[in-house]
Amino acid sequence: MNPELIVFIIFGTVSIIGAIAVISFRHPIYSALSLIVTFFSQAGLFVLLGAHFVAAVQVIVYAGAIMVLFLFVIMLLNLGTLSAKGALTGKLKGVAIILGILLAVEGVYIAVRALKNDTAVASDAAKEAAAALANKPIETYDIGRLLFSDYLLPFEVTSLILLAALIGVIVLVKRDKQPEN
Amino acid sequence: MSLPLEYYLVLSALLFTIGVIGVLIRRNAIIIFMCIELMLNAANLAFVAISRHLGQAEGQLFVIFVMAVAAAEVAIGLAIIVSVFKHRETINVDEINSLKG
Repeated sequence: MNPELIVFIIFGTVSIIGAIAVISFRHPIYSALSLIVTFFSQAGLFVLLGAHFVAAVQVIVYAGAIMVLFLFVIMLLNLGTLSAKGALTGKLKGVAIILGILLAVEGVYIAVRALKNDTAVASDAAKEAAAALANKPIETYDIGRLLFSDYLLPFEVTSLILLAALIGVIVLVKRDKQPEN
Repeated sequence: MSLPLEYYLVLSALLFTIGVIGVLIRRNAIIIFMCIELMLNAANLAFVAISRHLGQAEGQLFVIFVMAVAAAEVAIGLAIIVSVFKHRETINVDEINSLKG
């Protein structure tokens, strides 16, 4: 059996199980920890795809920074006892799950079918060119070069987005002025 | 020989669907946020897989952008949740049904 397939199956199964655990645990802390498991296994999949830089950023930014923020807020608000009851909606849960399964079938169908058409139409020469391109690994160097040349404007706009988020958070959670002051 | 692209796209579709179901069935605002992160991650997986399939680095570049925007979104969203909790003492989205704080 192909070793790459075995690694894919392990990481894929762990990430699916982690994702299901996120939506089925009642306590938000357990959901957050399951989400970290999913993020780590997705980082493993990124390594499998040869995207080492993205895998490192996934672990550092997602599993590190973003999840610490989540856990901090859950513990700050002390939500454990509060949200244990009525965590799921009774009325529309069945409808939601049926619609979700429909969406899954649709997504899988599109993923499989679209590629079939794509490979049927492409000529042999185009296929060979694509294969030659795909064999060349994408280095962190390539990402950096693109980021600071062709995509410099989006990069700067991203920094503006982060600045706007920073200011927005400060304004949102700013303590209101006390009336007596 | 590397794995076909379909495997990754199917896994990405399944993860995205689990995120959508989570947003639909959970009423805890923080868990809804986590499900949104799950969907963003599914999209990232598809980006990286297609980037490898086409041999172009742009896909991985967009993943970096998605992560930056997700970080900003989480910061804002959690700040909104904290300030809603301060006013209403709940983060159940069914009970937060009026715009007036």
